[in-house]
Amino acid sequence: MIYLRTVWLHLRKDLRLEWRSRDAIAGMLFFTLLVTVVFAMAFDPTGFPTLARQMSGGLLWVGLLFAATTALNISWERERRNQVLDAHRMSASPASALFLGKALANLIFVSVIELALAPVFAVFYNLHPLGEVRWLLLILPLGTWAIVVNGTFFAALGLNSRNRELMLPAALFPISIPALLGVVQATTGVITGDFEPQLWIRMLLGFDVIFTTACILLFPTVLHAE
Amino acid sequence: MHPILKTMQTAPVPAPAVQVRIVSKLYGSFAALKRVSCTFAAGGFHVLLGPNGAGKSTLLRVIAGLITPSSGIVHLLGGDPLQRRDRIAYMSHAPMLYDELSAMENLRYFSRLQHPGANCDCTGSPEMALRAVGLDPTLTRPVSQFSQGMRQRVSMARALVGDPELLLLDEPFSNMDAAGARELVQLLLDFRTWPLAGAGGRTVIITTHQYELVSDVADSVVEMRAGSIVIPQAAAA
Repeated sequence: MIYLRTVWLHLRKDLRLEWRSRDAIAGMLFFTLLVTVVFAMAFDPTGFPTLARQMSGGLLWVGLLFAATTALNISWERERRNQVLDAHRMSASPASALFLGKALANLIFVSVIELALAPVFAVFYNLHPLGEVRWLLLILPLGTWAIVVNGTFFAALGLNSRNRELMLPAALFPISIPALLGVVQATTGVITGDFEPQLWIRMLLGFDVIFTTACILLFPTVLHAE
Repeated sequence: MHPILKTMQTAPVPAPAVQVRIVSKLYGSFAALKRVSCTFAAGGFHVLLGPNGAGKSTLLRVIAGLITPSSGIVHLLGGDPLQRRDRIAYMSHAPMLYDELSAMENLRYFSRLQHPGANCDCTGSPEMALRAVGLDPTLTRPVSQFSQGMRQRVSMARALVGDPELLLLDEPFSNMDAAGARELVQLLLDFRTWPLAGAGGRTVIITTHQYELVSDVADSVVEMRAGSIVIPQAAAA
């Protein structure tokens, strides 16, 4: 109970910081809208509706993955500024609660972007999903969590690095390939209706459980590293 | 047995607040600390002096548990520094505050972090800590809009709000005017008198270039140069 209260304390603080600055959401929103418009211009999806359906899942998640890296860097930059991280390193509360609170906050930020992006994406790519849309209620949070849980961890890992902005995508993108594959396939399955997405959802769930556990266990070492 | 001898035998001898034994800290080939050994008595006001690069801040960060020494041992309040996190507070050059939050929001957050089991802010009340450093707790503007001196005061309040037994201060007067610095010294003296369960009393270890501010109140002075201690002495001696 105390642990959950500490997670909530960190989460509430991150939400409050974002509400006051809007750095992460504004940056992500601008980036994802730009990616959506640029891809729509480049591929003319309205002329090839079948191709658009097959590609849109991949475009959506690649755009979100790129956009999420901006938010993930910002979320730790707030802790680095004024050396607040030292206060966390000296804190008596569990370090993993800081990680979980921050990952949950990033999940909320990226989810807000997904909600804002969904109608724009549907319009630009003229999308009418042919599969069961209800599966997206599972696919979106599981896929987003896969990105943010690893992203939050690797952004923390690069905190003491001089090239941290470069290091995050360099570490995050390769390790997210299984999750990206799962979430793109599941989303494409829903949009095209060609196949059922359950197998990919199960794979995504497995990925999330394994990496969430690993990140929670390893984060205290990362936080206290010099 | 003579009553005086009996008292001498049974009176609790406070353990040193900090024991540093043959501690070295290497960054590659550069030695920031070279086989440093010193002891800081519990309940004392201790001053670390020395020029820039002498190793004062490194020693303070080693004591705080923020830096792992390359060799040597640090004992804090009778144990491992990592097990004493809830009883120590550290204030550095940087304010260690969130710019977007108000002073009270910052203090409430750090107070709850330091005492995760507490149901309220009653342990080292944030309001009391802010008033103690001469700031108005009702100020709602974010600390990014505060002056450097005010941020330093909030940072001091952040250190105090955890109700620490050991206070480690790295150049606390650096952004303060003379009057503010004198008020801070008085606050540190008051802090040592705050009630505390246990025999040792509250301990302050401070690094500063402005020795004249603390020369009258220091119980001991340790002077460092090039990573080594050159003068350990009791100030009263």
